Amino acid sequence: MIFFIEVVLSGLMAGVMYSLVALGFVLIFKASGIFNFAQGVMALFAALTLVGLMEKFGMPIWLAIIGTIAVMIALAWAIERFMLRPLVNQEPIILFMATIGLAYVLEGMGDILWGSDVKMLDLGIPQGASDWMLDSFDIYIEKLEIFAAATAAVMVTFLAIFFQKTRIGRALRAVADDHQAALSVGISLNTIWVIVWSVAGIVALVAGIMWGSKSGVQFSLSLIALKALPVLILGGFTSVPGAIIGGMIIGVGEKVAEIYLGPIIGGAIENWFAYMLALAFLLFRPQGLFGERIIERV
Amino acid sequence: MAEADAAIDTRPMLSVNNIEVIYDHVILVLKGVSLEVPEQGIVALLGANGAGKTTTLKAVSNLLRAERGDITKGSIEFQGERIDALTPAQLVQQGVIQVMEGRHCFEHLTVEENLLTGAYTRRDGSGAIQQDLELVYSYFPRLKNRSRAQAGYTSGGEQQMIALGRALMSRPKMILLDEPSMGLAPQLVEEIFENVERLNKEEGVTFLLAEQNTNIALRYADHGYILENGRVVLDGTAAELRENTDVKEFYLGISEGERINFRDVKHYRRRKRWLT
Repeated sequence: MIFFIEVVLSGLMAGVMYSLVALGFVLIFKASGIFNFAQGVMALFAALTLVGLMEKFGMPIWLAIIGTIAVMIALAWAIERFMLRPLVNQEPIILFMATIGLAYVLEGMGDILWGSDVKMLDLGIPQGASDWMLDSFDIYIEKLEIFAAATAAVMVTFLAIFFQKTRIGRALRAVADDHQAALSVGISLNTIWVIVWSVAGIVALVAGIMWGSKSGVQFSLSLIALKALPVLILGGFTSVPGAIIGGMIIGVGEKVAEIYLGPIIGGAIENWFAYMLALAFLLFRPQGLFGERIIERV
Repeated sequence: MAEADAAIDTRPMLSVNNIEVIYDHVILVLKGVSLEVPEQGIVALLGANGAGKTTTLKAVSNLLRAERGDITKGSIEFQGERIDALTPAQLVQQGVIQVMEGRHCFEHLTVEENLLTGAYTRRDGSGAIQQDLELVYSYFPRLKNRSRAQAGYTSGGEQQMIALGRALMSRPKMILLDEPSMGLAPQLVEEIFENVERLNKEEGVTFLLAEQNTNIALRYADHGYILENGRVVLDGTAAELRENTDVKEFYLGISEGERINFRDVKHYRRRKRWLT
């Protein structure tokens, strides 16, 4: 029984890590209807910049984090100015293609600026097993994973309040619903896009920090974006809580399936389980668990 | 001195001077449209599909640019100042707001949130905004009952009220109202126009409205412009237009005496479309 709980918990924590990446997708999709293929690379780029600022310029951690946030905001501005603005009013598929291009540009830029070798990211986030959990419940959990879960919880709370209660948040949702109408009531799309890409950049930084601390900052980090895809399909592309819960379901499902189903059918379930689950959802509930209902008036 | 003052007073609130609009650098939609809207007036732009009514409104509110349209000739003045280079957001701040054709509510936002987005550009504090919200509810009591409903699930009439109320929340001097009657039952159309009239009289809002329903538009407007194929072909006070035989014939569907043979119908289009 303890073993089962351990599996579920470690699945939950791994799921939170997926959720962090998925969250960035949701933000941009919600506000601009763009599926941002570059979200994973943005996480990589943010982590690279953070490590680079600390190693090459010898910045203390807090300064490096502020510096990286500034870089992500500058990046958001540049994306708006040079990518989104010229493509205004184009089909979503064209914007999607543009984000694929963006992914390559960012990957190349990260390489040129900070080099391509694997880097350690040590922000003083506690590592190793949580002694307290081990002592009192006899359960093995990484401290880092608990830390990631707590960070995700804080971030989601903040984002939910931001989206639901503030003037800018309302404007973001308005833009997500109807660009033209938003424009007509005086919401400047350019400002909104810079804000939303900045927020997504900061979310990417958090994801980059967590993944970087776990497995080192390396270019394969950009591939975690692929794991975020089934999370999005499960949770719904437009729902912030959906991204979190979707991530957890995928995380737990993967681990439980691997350990209990794996031996029966020969293992390696972890690699495809998420995609099968996503496929099932596409068949029966395409808007995901928490996605906005597609409203169709007749 | 007194003469100068008088000159300022008679100057129209909005004047559109001979504008030409081209979409995508090739499609010429407006071929020199001029019109004037006096302060606190209701002016109707009339005409068939594709005549250029919507484009004219969008040229004023500058929503054109987001659709790859450009004003290539002419000028637009609001309260004596050129506005053709302003962004839609700046125009809303100056008091010019458009209510788009087809209502365009934010479907996933609640009715109240929809109204509040109209106040996005305002900086005068939440107290004043709350007050205006109550004002909008007093004009459209049905919206108050449904304030927590998602706008996507409200009826067509309610959505038109949301769109109009949302525009009101920006404290506009002038509302550009595009096709308010579209897809609504006659009774609702009447209700919307009654509200337009009340807003005009009680709140002093000036209206420039585009409408295919010539009959109702000329009942509520003071002045009308008839557009055909990107040009103004006729204009006058609403009363004059109502009595004009051509308007009766082509737009109101009333003909005097015998049915006129279709071959004898006088066309406003002097040249064939493909030559222009």
